[in-house]
Amino acid sequence: MLVTIAGRQVHVNDEGFLTEFDEWDEAIAAELAADIGLTLTPEHLEVVRFVRGDYRAHGTTPTLRRVTTAGGFATKRLFELFPKKPAKKMSYVAGVPKPIGCV
Amino acid sequence: MTDTRPIPTFDDEPASAGRKLCIICSKGSLDMAYPGLILANAALGEGIETHLFFTFWGYEIINKKTMAKLQFSPVGNPASHMPTAVSGLPGMQSMATRMMKAQIEALDVPAVPEFLDMIKDAGGHLWACRMSADMMKLTQDDLYERIDGVIGATEFIEISAGAQTLFV
Repeated sequence: MLVTIAGRQVHVNDEGFLTEFDEWDEAIAAELAADIGLTLTPEHLEVVRFVRGDYRAHGTTPTLRRVTTAGGFATKRLFELFPKKPAKKMSYVAGVPKPIGCV
Repeated sequence: MTDTRPIPTFDDEPASAGRKLCIICSKGSLDMAYPGLILANAALGEGIETHLFFTFWGYEIINKKTMAKLQFSPVGNPASHMPTAVSGLPGMQSMATRMMKAQIEALDVPAVPEFLDMIKDAGGHLWACRMSADMMKLTQDDLYERIDGVIGATEFIEISAGAQTLFV
């Protein structure tokens, strides 16, 4: 469906996840973060940029494990930045689908 | 602005509110170590309070001497699709173990010690069974450093109050 985020028309699915990779920008990320109670910091953005870059390169959303091994972010820190459900929250803010990998 | 776009509820989903998972790890083979570890990691990633209780052969997973050397045996395992007479030949177990480890690594799934680190970093709890320690003459010093404690069955029953409990 077509909705307005940060003053722009973008496509989202039933859950509210962006469905068009290229419709994302940092202003949208800030509003998506605010949706789920997060204040977007440069550190959040660094993680989100890695998630987007990895999605662009591989066509799938990286799992939390991959964000730590390939992205170099510590598991503990990711749980602090995106509490409780880090993998889902970072993919939401990054405008990519939820990860489907097991580990 | 009255935008009615959908927003995920993440933390407030009623199904996961107060959900708690306890997994009893009782096996010491490579293939049986992973189910508990993988489910624990997945649960933690969903914000679920998670406890692992290692008992009997499950001690292999947290014993510093064995945790990196778990083995997979095709013997007596029809799912390995290896003739019984062949599966017990010398060298078969180490070969099967090597193959399984390579497959696990290829999927970027960590080896057991690193997996335990990951579970601890994600906020998981690791408990070791008191009776197993006594039987095997082991103390907490022999175990993975980040174990939360060596506890008895009664304490585990207390910890698991209200939890979904899995026996692996």
